[in-house]
Amino acid sequence: MRLLFFASLREQLSTDKEDWPDLDNIITIHDVKLKLIERGEPWSSALANPRLIVSINQEVASMNDKVSLHDELAFYPPVTGG
Amino acid sequence: MDKETPLQCRIKIQKQDFSVEKEYQFLRSLNPENTGAICSFVGLVREFGDYNAVTGMFLEHYPGMTEKSLQKIVSQALALWKFQAVTIIHRIGALKLCDQIVFVAVCSAHRHDAFAACEFIMDFLKTSAPFWKKEMGHNESQWVAAKQSDQESIQKWLK
Repeated sequence: MRLLFFASLREQLSTDKEDWPDLDNIITIHDVKLKLIERGEPWSSALANPRLIVSINQEVASMNDKVSLHDELAFYPPVTGG
Repeated sequence: MDKETPLQCRIKIQKQDFSVEKEYQFLRSLNPENTGAICSFVGLVREFGDYNAVTGMFLEHYPGMTEKSLQKIVSQALALWKFQAVTIIHRIGALKLCDQIVFVAVCSAHRHDAFAACEFIMDFLKTSAPFWKKEMGHNESQWVAAKQSDQESIQKWLK
């Protein structure tokens, strides 16, 4: 599974992506988020932002949506283009 | 508008600047007999953003999702109004004060459809397409905060 991070979140985490070779016991996006938060700072503070948006395979998703190994997940702050 | 005419939709995400005149003339040339109105919008980098004395801007996006998201917005607009062509150009990377950021133009038989679809596309581009702006000042830079007023702008379309 590929994880992508954008904009201010990318800067807070000092990384724009990572790949997970297996899912372990991860079922939902919420599980992914918890796994990231378990790493401690800066992950725990950055991902605690309730306004973060998450997408699966480039479609906006919600925390309870299920993930699979070949998914592309992205976490990002509210968009500000235009 | 001929029902057989497929929508001519061009979506470009690019670092380089664009020419409004060239884009306008391109839309004019597509289906001239059926074009009664072309409505366009240009967004520019201005000096006062979230902070004063903005000297430039950095624009990031999510390649792939950006294009999908803009196509979806165009489809939603097409369900509400009739138009035969649309061009969306959004710049990314480093921009300077007064630079052009975004261009949206809608080509239709009637002005109402062109005006409404253009505004609808811009309102949803601002609230759902995955772009992020970082404003540059003389000594600092800051990610732009999402505006409540932009969220309110889309409410009028959802009634």
